Amino acid sequence: MSEFISPTLSYSLLSPILVVFAGAIIGVLIEAFASKSIRPIAQVSVSIGTLVLALVQVWRIRSSSSTTAAMGSVIIDGPGLLLQGSILIISIIAVFLIADTENFAAAPAAIPGSPEERESIARGQQVTEVFPLTLFAVAGMLIFPVASDLITLFVALEVLSLPLYLMAGLSRRRRLLSQESALKYFLLGAFSSAFFLFGAAYLYGYSGSISFAGIQDAVVGGTGNDVFLLIGIAFLSIGLLFKVGAVPFHAWTPDVYQGAPTPVTAFMAAATKVAAFGAMLRIYYTVFANAEWSWRPLITGIAIITMAFGSLVAISQRDVKRMLAYSSIAHAGFLLTGVIALNKAGLDASIYYLFAYGIASVGAFAVVTLVRDSAGEVTDLNRWAGLGKRSPWVATSFATFLLAFAGIPLTSGFIGKFSIFSAAYESGATAVVIAGVLSSAIAAFFYIRVIVLMFFSDPLEDATSVLIPSILTRITVLFSVVVTIFLGVFPSPLLDFISNIAIFIR
Amino acid sequence: MNYLTLIMAIPLLGAALIATLPQSKSLLAKQLALGTTLIAAVATIFMTTKFERSNTALQFVESYDWIKAFGIKYAVGVDGIALVLILMTALLTPIVVLAGWNESEGGRWSTKTFYILILVLQTMSFGVFAATDVFLFYVFFEAMLVPVYFLIGGYGSGERSAAAVKFLLYSLFGGLLMLASIIALYVLSGEQGGHTFDIAALSQLEMSSTTQNLLFLGFFIAFAIKAPLFPFHTWLPDAAKSATPGTSVLLLGVLDKVGTFGMIRYCLSIFPEASKTFTPLIITLSVISILYGAFLAIGAKDIKRLIAYTSISHFGFITLGIFAMTTQAQSGATLYMFNHGFSTAALFLVAGWMISRRGSSTIADFGGLQRVTPVMAWSFFIAGMSSLALPGLSSFVSEFLVLVGTFTRYPVAAVIATFGIVLAALYILIPVQRALHGPTEPGNENLKDLNLREKIAIAPVIAVIVVLGFYPAPALNIINPAAAQVVSQMGFTDPLPTHGGK
Repeated sequence: MSEFISPTLSYSLLSPILVVFAGAIIGVLIEAFASKSIRPIAQVSVSIGTLVLALVQVWRIRSSSSTTAAMGSVIIDGPGLLLQGSILIISIIAVFLIADTENFAAAPAAIPGSPEERESIARGQQVTEVFPLTLFAVAGMLIFPVASDLITLFVALEVLSLPLYLMAGLSRRRRLLSQESALKYFLLGAFSSAFFLFGAAYLYGYSGSISFAGIQDAVVGGTGNDVFLLIGIAFLSIGLLFKVGAVPFHAWTPDVYQGAPTPVTAFMAAATKVAAFGAMLRIYYTVFANAEWSWRPLITGIAIITMAFGSLVAISQRDVKRMLAYSSIAHAGFLLTGVIALNKAGLDASIYYLFAYGIASVGAFAVVTLVRDSAGEVTDLNRWAGLGKRSPWVATSFATFLLAFAGIPLTSGFIGKFSIFSAAYESGATAVVIAGVLSSAIAAFFYIRVIVLMFFSDPLEDATSVLIPSILTRITVLFSVVVTIFLGVFPSPLLDFISNIAIFIR
Repeated sequence: MNYLTLIMAIPLLGAALIATLPQSKSLLAKQLALGTTLIAAVATIFMTTKFERSNTALQFVESYDWIKAFGIKYAVGVDGIALVLILMTALLTPIVVLAGWNESEGGRWSTKTFYILILVLQTMSFGVFAATDVFLFYVFFEAMLVPVYFLIGGYGSGERSAAAVKFLLYSLFGGLLMLASIIALYVLSGEQGGHTFDIAALSQLEMSSTTQNLLFLGFFIAFAIKAPLFPFHTWLPDAAKSATPGTSVLLLGVLDKVGTFGMIRYCLSIFPEASKTFTPLIITLSVISILYGAFLAIGAKDIKRLIAYTSISHFGFITLGIFAMTTQAQSGATLYMFNHGFSTAALFLVAGWMISRRGSSTIADFGGLQRVTPVMAWSFFIAGMSSLALPGLSSFVSEFLVLVGTFTRYPVAAVIATFGIVLAALYILIPVQRALHGPTEPGNENLKDLNLREKIAIAPVIAVIVVLGFYPAPALNIINPAAAQVVSQMGFTDPLPTHGGK
């Protein structure tokens, strides 16, 4: 009988994750015991305080690296910390949006249209469970890109996914649509988790190990059964590709983006992508790097289909949230280019792209929360006509984000696209680069159509009004605009910072 | 002295100043814009006097690291070709501001925004001609689409938003093809001694001929859309018709020159072999452009479309001159770019005044203007004569140089292109006859002649056209060494004229 080994944990290196978990638990306690009047403000301050504290912790340990922080199941290294930092920054500005609890159902557990629901609205009740849920999801996202064995990776995946399933169903308006999207997300997510586990089991069968280092040794040694390896890679990839919304595992994206409350969509679109691509980069760049013959052609194909499909289908969308959803699919394709590149430049470029895209995404959805009529947010694009005339600043901000998505120079999106495509070209993936450039041209079409609609069309008769943004929403939009333009004009500091510390260790 | 950065900063500062004005002070915004562009013009003229003509190296060079991780620099410098184009931009912008004093009033947004866009566009135009780093060039090349897009879509007339979108999508498509080529150059330079975007370093790259051909096409198509060359020209008539006259001047006079300038600066110097491979095709397209543009112009009923079509024909001449690979043709092409800027400016500005007075842009609605508004009619006449390259006016010199230079190497192309001159006479003389002469059309009797502001605006344009027509040496002295340099770098020597009869 083996002796019990007490775990040695490096609390200092794990502190960002631990802080967020602690904050989430405090949030649960507040929800349970605090009085109704102070609950919203307490929740917002706890959430933001927690995330800022975690960010400070990440900054403190920015140059550390360790494979033994949690008994070999977590690797703290440059790329992991950069991604954690990105997730935290994106989460902070997303929480600013979530703080506007007016978007969330008063009593989400009640059946839509039921007497209980009406009563809770009439009594002005408002639960604020979204904040601890957000923090739990953030904690999962923080672990996801630094996990270094398959079990930890799976647990992180579930910790980040389960709160998101719930959060998607919290919308105050169009309750049924929101609940439907939550259920879809949950069912498809459960399937993809099953695939993921299935792949993990095969990889264990192949290598006899669940740790990344063990699997990598088996891949390098090449003594195992390649069929197991192939099945393992394939099914693990399905689980990850589902999370990033790559074709053909993208079907949930438009429905969930549309149904979820917009602040949640913002959080989900930006932060989940960073976390999921973070994990993907680590797995493909280290564990499977020596088996590139088996996955690179496949991922190349998926990348090309994803960007082409996302760009083409986005053209026909009439709903701004669905359009942004398809645009996020196209961007998942561009980001896969960075995975295919499989070189240092590709890693740096992906991290930069994820951060730039995440910030612009949150900003874009923040603008969506502002355009309303008496029944709530207006997401029908036709009714955005003439927005530039009535609210020039809101429309200009949105145009900035769209130009960044389209990759116009002097925005962060352009530097991101340039760096990620050049890294892929350097690795010989010419086909992806050409497909990427052509998709960008198609994508530019629908981004520009929205700009035309906002600035060059006359407003319709029915009253779409722009909400006076709350101070927090205003900060989010302003911060996103400033970052988007700053990273387009002076990308050097961030690029150099990334390139100096983004080195995977194993 | 950092002249180039200085002249780029002046309009930007002016724009910032105008941005601080309250909406209501539109007159002050106009005056500030005029003042700024005049200061920029004076600074540019001063810079031109400091230019050493005989020196073929890049001058006023500046270079700072911008994005070190990719080897991207803020690097600017000019040779004779870039200098005359910058000079043209600097001279045309104040004229456009003065001539289109009330242009911004039919717009969707304020006067203030209009002039901010114009000034930002001027900065970017300087930048695009001055850049010696391909990445910097690309940034200006793409970013300048945004102000033009809003100028057409926000202040134009008719189907302005459709025209603006068409313009933007064509240009973006070309730009993205160029981006793919730029990425390839970046990677190739990384393989051959370190990432760089410096033109001089890139022209030393070793590429297989397939690579070179493909990358050349990426650049060339982008420039051919911009210029525009047949068959990439269809956006231009719409954009020119919908834009305000002033915007059209900047669009055809300055922006489109970026295409032809890019062919010289980037296609010829970075891909010399591919340029030679594609020369027959490009010469053919140029000749088609010359004739096709001319035929379309003859058939045009709308005066703004007519001017746009004549430009397609003229851009054919410019491209022909560039790819003929002789010193005369190369000098002629550059001089043509400069002259075309002024003759098109004159045509568009006068046409704009005619249209705003008459309320119609259909040629048939005019008639007998000669008697009602003699000054306006004479201005249009001179501008038209310059456009058809009448000897004694500036365009003649450049068109002649292009044809002579082309003839020594490609006689057939030159002979066919000469028909363009005959057609030019038709497409100019027909509108001149219909609009200026004949009986005064009903409704035209009370049109007002040019006022003092308009006379002051058009006078320098006509002066340039006449003076350079009689004495082109000042411009040619700047252009010739640079043009000769381009041709010799390509490994060509001018063929000696063959003497017949012996």
